[in-house]
Parts: sequence; structure tokens; C-alpha cells
Amino acid sequence: MSDTANTDERVKEMSSLRRALIRPELGGIVGTVAVFTFFLLFAFDSGMFNVQGVMNWSVVSAQFMIIAVGACLLMIAGEFDLSVGSMIGFAGMMIAIFGVVLAWPMWIAILVTFTICITFGALNGYIVVKTGLPSFIVTLATLFILRGFTIFIPQTVESKTIIGGIREAAEGDWLASIFGAKIAGPVFQWMGDMGIIAVFTRGNRKGEPVVDGIPMLIVWAILLVIIGHIILTRTRFGNWIFAAGGDAQAARYAGVPVDRVKITMFMFTAFCATVFAVCQVMEFGSAGADRGLLKEFEAIIAVVIGGALLTGGYGSVIGAALGALIFGVVQQGLFFANVESSLFRVFLGVILLLAVILNTYIRRLITGER
Amino acid sequence: MKSLFRKLMLTAALVASPFMVQADGHGDDLTYILVSHAPDSDSWWNTIKNGIALAGDQLGVTVEYRNPPTGDLADMARIIEQAAASQPDGIITTLADFDVLSGPIKAAVDQGIDVIIMNSGTPDQTREVGALMFVGQPEYDAGLAAGIRAKGDGVGSFVCVNHVISNTVVAERCRGFADGLGVDLGDSMIDAGQDPAEIKNRVTAYLTANPETDAILTLGPTSADPTILAVKEMGIAGDIYFGTFDLGTEIVTAIKDGTIKWGIDQQPFLQAYLPVVVLANYDRYGVLPGNNINSGPGFVTADALGKVEEFAGEFR
Repeated sequence: MSDTANTDERVKEMSSLRRALIRPELGGIVGTVAVFTFFLLFAFDSGMFNVQGVMNWSVVSAQFMIIAVGACLLMIAGEFDLSVGSMIGFAGMMIAIFGVVLAWPMWIAILVTFTICITFGALNGYIVVKTGLPSFIVTLATLFILRGFTIFIPQTVESKTIIGGIREAAEGDWLASIFGAKIAGPVFQWMGDMGIIAVFTRGNRKGEPVVDGIPMLIVWAILLVIIGHIILTRTRFGNWIFAAGGDAQAARYAGVPVDRVKITMFMFTAFCATVFAVCQVMEFGSAGADRGLLKEFEAIIAVVIGGALLTGGYGSVIGAALGALIFGVVQQGLFFANVESSLFRVFLGVILLLAVILNTYIRRLITGER
Repeated sequence: MKSLFRKLMLTAALVASPFMVQADGHGDDLTYILVSHAPDSDSWWNTIKNGIALAGDQLGVTVEYRNPPTGDLADMARIIEQAAASQPDGIITTLADFDVLSGPIKAAVDQGIDVIIMNSGTPDQTREVGALMFVGQPEYDAGLAAGIRAKGDGVGSFVCVNHVISNTVVAERCRGFADGLGVDLGDSMIDAGQDPAEIKNRVTAYLTANPETDAILTLGPTSADPTILAVKEMGIAGDIYFGTFDLGTEIVTAIKDGTIKWGIDQQPFLQAYLPVVVLANYDRYGVLPGNNINSGPGFVTADALGKVEEFAGEFR
């Protein structure tokens, strides 16, 4: 490819193999292959790879993907958001308050929640940019503030910390179904009828397939990954994100609106967290004050497994998506493989460490940086 | 990609078919999964783990324990879905939030997996999700019984130290206690959080601000242990009327030295052990008790501490 007539002599010549290897997602690809090989060997007949099992780890991976896309772009722009988990709990609770307690139409509740959460994201970004404080500290404060509100508001209004009835309130709502519906139901029904996938054997859903559609959660995850990837690699704004995270001062000299980029990325992270929350409350029908605990770290872990640098300026959305897939498959797969559940965190830590070491090693080897 | 998908589908069909047969058979390879709502940090569930391990050994069945590491109930729903996908012979689970968990539990029941609800939930909810039975302590009734007992001892006001504010079922204990006393729950319930130092300070702060409080009710070792320290430090141990739900090593010691008047034992061992026994005998011989099983409440006072002390934190 590179040896065409119009080669630029300022660009260093590079073989296409080498070019393929220095992609940030390489570690993620290797990890994905390794993880699937492992579970195909050790948990093959455990139900992990039947249609329910596949749907189970796909949904969990998709959840991680949604928050990982936001965290990834923000991390490439050189900042962290530790308030993601609290934002998930907060957004879910806001929908419950507006939609159930105040009985607003669900689409208004969802839109207002998005507005409030994205405003909090913008506030995070504004404070970070204006004060120059590390985003680690600023968003740590937001983590506590939002979690506090998530417990305080429902306790004050309803004197309980779980508010249910969201599914009933969202019945037939056009916007709610964009987050909570399932698609391709007839395909699964057909597969159930054909005997390709298992069907319910009793109860009032007898004869229906055990998996009755692809949840919108997965559609959102794939859409966000594709959009995030295109923005990052194909647009001017994507270059600005890399520049802002690589060297903010140099980027400013080059005319990149660094502050605007960072604030936008904080808003996008908040958007992703809210998407996660809306999908969750629409599926489960209730909002709880403890939802989303530690999700901020899970997002960061997925992004780091996917090859992004904690210092910013380097990373890829596809890598983060693969990181989320690895995380989801490992988390659910350990259950399928009958690993003692208290050892889960040990495995998680080991995998995180291995992934980061592998990524760093590959990157140093290929790019020649020290 | 397409061929991979096809392979997965084929695999699914191949894998699913033998499991379907096994689930209905009377083979000796019975596997049960217990799913709890407790975060890793909740030590009370150790008794549950010991209970299923013992039942598994005695009956020659495999029982696995699973829980959401952070106690996030949405994660617990995914674990129940996962458990159903692995096609066990039965699932034993808590019903900590009906909205979140009823869907996955119903789906498991409809796939032909027998489900027993333990610990959290009500008999009505158990019937609605199609589970075989409920094994646990009716929380409101237990709280009510404790409240009536406390009223008899001359208690007029109380503070309820709640370390699992998000678990609506556990909060019923406080409501029952208030109704038993004949007082309004009002602001008597405090959200103590899970951290021992935090709990201790909240209790100290509350008792300092409300010195006329007659009684303390804690809802488990997580809130009781720091509360014991708090009342000892304030010098009101044995003076203030202190009752607690559930048992643990510290609680037993405190009952012995008079700091705690009584502990309400819901006997978690039975909640873990009995469902395994019921499921195994149902799968093997088709026999099933006709009603829900109440594992508690049992009041433990200083008079009857021998066995309790010996096995506290292990089987009690």
C-alpha cells in the first residue's frame, strides 16, 4: 500500500505487518482470542455457549461496552471520570422519581434525566478545565455527591431506597422502548420452533424460546462503539481528542480547542452512563440506591485491557470494546467454569495485570519507545 | 463470522440436548446453585456457605454459591440468568427486590428448573414467581414479636441501625418492631452504611443527640458489632435496652456480658441446609413438604448460650 508513486518522503517507511501490529487494539485482540480459547476448553459443556449462555455474557459485555466507550474517549483526551458508577445510580433514580413518583410521561422523564446528567458531566469538565485540578479528584467528589443524592432523594420522597413500577409506567412509551425493548423476536421464535434453540417447557410462556430477542442494550453498545470509533479515527474532532490528551499545551498552540474537547468528552461519558442506567431501569423495572457501585472502575479496567494509556493520547474504541468483551466473558465465564466465587476478584486482578503488561510490552516492542 | 455463528448454534443444540434429559432424570449427579444478594463483605453469609457445603456432603450433591461482588441487585439478576443457562437441577435464591429478580427467576422456573426462595422474600412473592417454597424468617412478624417483647420490658422509644438500607425486606424488621412497641417508626431508622467505623460514629452521634432513646435494634452483625463498641465507649452498655437480629461471635459475647438483651436467630444454617435437602429429595424421590418453612425467629438470651457459643459464625 505504502509503496505507491505518491509516497511522502517525510513519512517513515513502514511494512504493512508492522503497521498492523502497532494498532492499540492488538492486545485486546490477543486477549479476546485467549479468553475464548480458555473457556471453550474449560467451560464448553457448561451451557456457556448455548443461546442463553451467549446472551448472558453478551449482555454483561454490552453493559461494560456502553460505559467503556465514554471512559475510553475521555481517557484518550487525558482525563478520568470516577463518577460513572454514581451517575448510573443517580440517573436511574431520577427516572424513577420523575416517571413513577411524579408520574410524568416516561419520555419526558428520560429526556430530563439525560439533560441533568449531561449537565453534571459538563460541570465536571468545566471545573477540571477551569481549576486545572486533576480530574481524578474532581470526579471523586462528584462520585460522593451523586451517590449521596441517590440515597437522600428517594428516602426523603418515598422513605425507601428502591423505587419500583418503572416498567408499568413505561408501558407503550416510544422513547422507553428505544432503551428497553428487544428486537429480532420473530427470528428467535422461528429458531425455537425449528428446535435450534431451547424453549420454555412450562408456565405461561411455554413454547416461547428461552431467548426472545436481542435487547436494545446490545444495539446501543454496538452503535456507540461504531460511532465512537468513527469519530475518533475519521474526523477532525477525533484528532483533537488525541491531541488534547497527548500534550494539551502543544495542542493549544496548534489551535485545538482543548477545553471544549475535554468538556465535551465529560458530557459524552455522562451520556454513556445515562444510557446504561436507562437500559437497566427499563429492563428491571426498579431503581435502587446501590445500582452501579464500582462501575467506574469496571469501565476503566475495560479501557485499559483494551490498550489505552492511563496518561492519555493513546488508545482505541475498538480496543475498549474488546476489553469490555473480555471483562464480561471472564466475569460470567468463571461462574460457568464453576470457579469458587470468592476467587473472582483474584482472577480479575490477574487478568488486568496480564493485559496491561502484555499491552505495554507489545507497544514498546513495536514502537521502539523506552 | 457466519461459520463461527453456525458452529455456535450447532454446539448449542448439541450441548443443550443431553442436559435436558439430565435435568429430568434421577441421576446422582445433582447440581444446585445458591444465589445470594450479599456483597463479598457481608460475613453473615459464611454460615450459608457452611450450610450448603454440609448438605452437599451429606446428600452427595454439588451445591455452588454465587453472589454479586458489590451487592448490586442488577448484577444478581444476571447471575440468576447465568445460573439458569448452565442448566442446574435446582436454584436456591433470595428475592431481595421483586421487580428486579422476578423476571429472571420466572424464566428459570419456566425452563423446568426447580427454584426455592430463601432468606428474603414473602410467601406471596414466592407463589407468584412459581417457586416451590419459601424457607426463611417472616421479617415483619419477627420484628413484631421482638417489639411486643421489648414493650413488655418497658421500652417506649428506639433507634433502628440499618446497614442494608436498600433491602426493603430487612427494613420490615424495624417496621414490625415499631408496631410491636406501638410507636411510629418516623426517624428512628438510621442508614448506617457498611463500614464499621462509620456505623459506630453514626450510632454514637444519634445517641448523643437523642439521649432519651430507650432501646437499640440492630439488624445483623454488620451493624451490631460496631454498635456494641459504641455503647461500651459511651458507658451505657447493659443500661440501654439492646436487641439485635442474627448472631455472630461478637453478639454472643455481648449477650453473655449483658450488653445485649437478646438476639433473634433466623437460623441461616437452616435456610441454606433445608432447601438442598428438599430439592435433593424432590429430585430423587418426588417428595415435597406441603408448606413454606419458617427458619426463625428464635430468641437467644444469656440462659441458652452453650451450643450457640460453640458454633457461632460457623453454623449459628
